[in-house]
Amino acid sequence: MDIHEYQAKELLSGFGVRVPKGGVAYSADQAVYRATEIGGSRWVVKAQIHSGARGKAGGIKPCASEVDVRQAAKQLLGTTLATIQTGPDGLPVHRVLVEEALPIARELYIGLVLDRGRERIVVVAHPHGGMEIEEIAQREPEAILREVVEPAVGMQAFQARELAFGLGLAPSQVNQAVAVILGAYRAFRELDATMVEINPLVVTGDAQVLALDVKMSFDDNAMFRRPNVAELRDHAQEDPREAEAAEHGLNYVALDGDIGCIINGAGLAMATMDMIKHAGGEPANFLDIGGGASPERVAAAFRLVLSDKKVRAILVNVFAGINRCDWVATGVVQAVRAVRVPVPLVVRLAGTNVEEGRRILQESGLPIITADTLADAAQRVVAARQAGRRSEGSA
Amino acid sequence: MSILLDERSAVIVQGFTGDKGTFHAKQMIAYGTNVVGGVTPGKGGARHLERPVFNTVKEAVAATDAVASLVLVPAPFCADAVMEAADAGIRLVVTITDGVPAQDMMRVKRYLWRYAKERRTRLIGPNCAGVISPGRAMLGIMPGHIYTRGAVGVVTRSGTLGYEAAAQMQALGIGITTSVGIGGDPINGSSFVDMLALFEEDPETEAVMMIGEIGGPQEADAARFVKEHMTKPVIGYVAGLTAPKGRRMGHAGAIISAFGDTAAEKAEIMRSAGLIVAPSPAELGSTVAQVLARMPPRLVMVAR
Repeated sequence: MDIHEYQAKELLSGFGVRVPKGGVAYSADQAVYRATEIGGSRWVVKAQIHSGARGKAGGIKPCASEVDVRQAAKQLLGTTLATIQTGPDGLPVHRVLVEEALPIARELYIGLVLDRGRERIVVVAHPHGGMEIEEIAQREPEAILREVVEPAVGMQAFQARELAFGLGLAPSQVNQAVAVILGAYRAFRELDATMVEINPLVVTGDAQVLALDVKMSFDDNAMFRRPNVAELRDHAQEDPREAEAAEHGLNYVALDGDIGCIINGAGLAMATMDMIKHAGGEPANFLDIGGGASPERVAAAFRLVLSDKKVRAILVNVFAGINRCDWVATGVVQAVRAVRVPVPLVVRLAGTNVEEGRRILQESGLPIITADTLADAAQRVVAARQAGRRSEGSA
Repeated sequence: MSILLDERSAVIVQGFTGDKGTFHAKQMIAYGTNVVGGVTPGKGGARHLERPVFNTVKEAVAATDAVASLVLVPAPFCADAVMEAADAGIRLVVTITDGVPAQDMMRVKRYLWRYAKERRTRLIGPNCAGVISPGRAMLGIMPGHIYTRGAVGVVTRSGTLGYEAAAQMQALGIGITTSVGIGGDPINGSSFVDMLALFEEDPETEAVMMIGEIGGPQEADAARFVKEHMTKPVIGYVAGLTAPKGRRMGHAGAIISAFGDTAAEKAEIMRSAGLIVAPSPAELGSTVAQVLARMPPRLVMVAR
């Protein structure tokens, strides 16, 4: 789960990480009010969307007057901002962050991640902030500093000091940087984050060390014990179909193709999509219906897949382990009767009670194309889609 | 021989009396697994499925000499249950539970290292289908009937894709020594490498099939291990050719976030390390068959 920059800054400042003075605004009036509250004569208005690279996309506006702040907020709020990371569709801007503008002497990079290879929290630092870490890793891999945290005792002050000195900070700035690094670590640990990125960490003209931009992601599996983080979820930043899927206990990811997929198990789902590609088609989505495929859940899956207007054919592939094929078949038949399915439908069942399941599909009288194997299923759904397109073309 | 588990292994179930525990314990018993009891805190002293229930894993081990445990408790309590089993001296813990926080797994793995190697617990999972040594015993939730006993070791991240592989192999008359689901989470108890090492040592296993996914360094680590340490042929597959970068494909660990995370890159790493990569997921079984056909014949004792 991702959160907005201003939320991440609020969380981190609770752990002693210094951030610029600022506040969120939902309207141009609020933005101006925030600016007067902050004081000074220079501000930055930043679009709040779940994406980096906002500056290049025009989402970060420096302002030298309250009129500028109002203008910037007006320009951003209610629009859709497309960055390299969001893709061409972009994300809606409903909130802006108004902050004091600071004179910047240096920009540094600090990132904390859960390293899968080491199975540890790793703190990464680099003397040149502002770039993407992938870019840094490619350009100057030798300049990346790393500290691996021992989970039994947590991050130690000496590790943060080593990073701070390694970044070439002046002795007067090292203690400030240590406070930022240890604070970010404690936030990571105590809030079940999977990523905390302070990019850039800046040294100001008057030698203050602050987190100028912050990104945080959290472990969905741990949100049951982090209600104060879970409530920061912003559904406006999520694909509406994916959010709806989650409500039904389904796992859905929209893709670019036109063959809808309804499958049990994430691995089998990915493999089935591979097989569709292998057979010359393109999957429209990833959809894992999970273990217990009740008729309600299967019906919800059909509605979800059909809500994508690109879909020209649907493939259902269920390998029943704990499930039984006869139950799944009954679920499919009920779902197809309840939801009008205007495209060709291929169903492949395998596993427990497969004969019974196939019989139920055949006796339903519904126009369901059945398949016995994975290869068979992929070929049939690709063929059915092509036939569908031809008849559409002739109509 | 098989790896990890056979018909003699004394097994307990943690979360024994719950719905899931009851259902899967029954299936395991029906398959022939030596289930000697279970643990549900607060229900100690009762009997369930004609077997004793204990309050703690230590009590269960003292009374039954159990060596393996299946953990079927909800995600918030999973780390605690695994550490309890480890502290009680259980040698093999398999946890099916989906949704365990990643930092819990980080701490669990660190905890397991506090014990000396001779008594250290091996953890399989979480978020996996478990372990089956066909015809011998099952410590998991898989449909036992799709597995045939034989000479191929299987290790897979995904449960249902593992079923697909087993069924394709069964259709071609190819059997399995042991099939291990290591799970789809970013941090799991055992890796591909851990299982490949066991299969390499197992005299009955002649070849190994490993089925990976997008995300994480485990498949590349495994490929390097195969190249440097394995004499037996390894057949590989990596699911997720169509997965876009940065999107989580169901499994918590199935996400392309770094170089080397994509299915194509992993398959290429496998190929260059000498693995035989199945051209498509419909050819998992047939690729194994081709590899077995090319191997020099050798006499194998197969107990029936």
